[in-house]
Amino acid sequence: MMRNVTTLLFLGGLGFMLLVITGTLDFGAPPMRIGTQIQQATPGDVGTANIVTAVVLGYRGLDTLGELSILFAAATAGGLVLGSAAARARPDGGFILRAGADLMFPLLLVAGLYIVMHGHLTPGGGFQGGVILAAAFFLPLLARPRTAPGHRWLMWIEGLSGATFIVIGLLALYRGEAFLTPLLDRGTLGELVSGGTLPLLYLAVGLKVGAELAGLLMRLAQDDEVAS
Amino acid sequence: MIWLALIVVTLTLGAALAVLLLDNLLAATAAASVVSLGVAVMFVLLHAPDVAMTEAVVGAGLSGLILALALRRLGLARLDVGTTGGRDDA
Repeated sequence: MMRNVTTLLFLGGLGFMLLVITGTLDFGAPPMRIGTQIQQATPGDVGTANIVTAVVLGYRGLDTLGELSILFAAATAGGLVLGSAAARARPDGGFILRAGADLMFPLLLVAGLYIVMHGHLTPGGGFQGGVILAAAFFLPLLARPRTAPGHRWLMWIEGLSGATFIVIGLLALYRGEAFLTPLLDRGTLGELVSGGTLPLLYLAVGLKVGAELAGLLMRLAQDDEVAS
Repeated sequence: MIWLALIVVTLTLGAALAVLLLDNLLAATAAASVVSLGVAVMFVLLHAPDVAMTEAVVGAGLSGLILALALRRLGLARLDVGTTGGRDDA
């Protein structure tokens, strides 16, 4: 009873607060004009056809680094909690799952790599493509649990790509610019090799996210005595 | 356009209700993925393809996968609810 009253009071207060906030704001009149400015400045400034990428890696590259660290901490904590239990021999996935995994693996690989490498041209990028890559490498494990691949090379890929991201950022510092400033030639707008170092940064992000999440999913999939 | 949005919103809300009402946890996980998929379609309709891609990949794909694997690990993943007895977690 008491808890219900508290919940009702909390919900009422939250609704009142949201009503007041939305009542005082002018709908459709954003107080910030940075959006239009970025849209005008990006083609000459950063040289990426996808403006979201210019914001994510160029103007707010440090935020992306923070995001990567948060993901790294979460994956590490998950691995710590789950432990690296030796894979118990699970039953095989069955014919349908095995055939489907064989069919889907190359398609997922191509789709993930395409999304990562065209992150500066079309919607998508390192995070989205990285998750698809993780799914691609997780699928064969689901179909054939006995052939468990090692975590070792995943850890190497993850560490090296994370280090690459930071090294590219530090190179800009060495050149006398701000951390993570896009370097190299901007190229022609809309070509695959354009946007300076941003495609390289997105490749590093994609590999890091993919390796991290694939490792997490593999840890989650190998069950120890808990599930028996 | 508005009709498509209405259909998607109805589907999303129905799936969200199904998450709350379903007894089978595996089915509730699938319904949660459908909610994310509907939200992703709404993002596409609102001209935000980047966010839509993230929502589809992470919300509909990865989180559903992680929830399902966690259910399997906890021994709660069952395809049929009504039957009693053996904990068959394959």
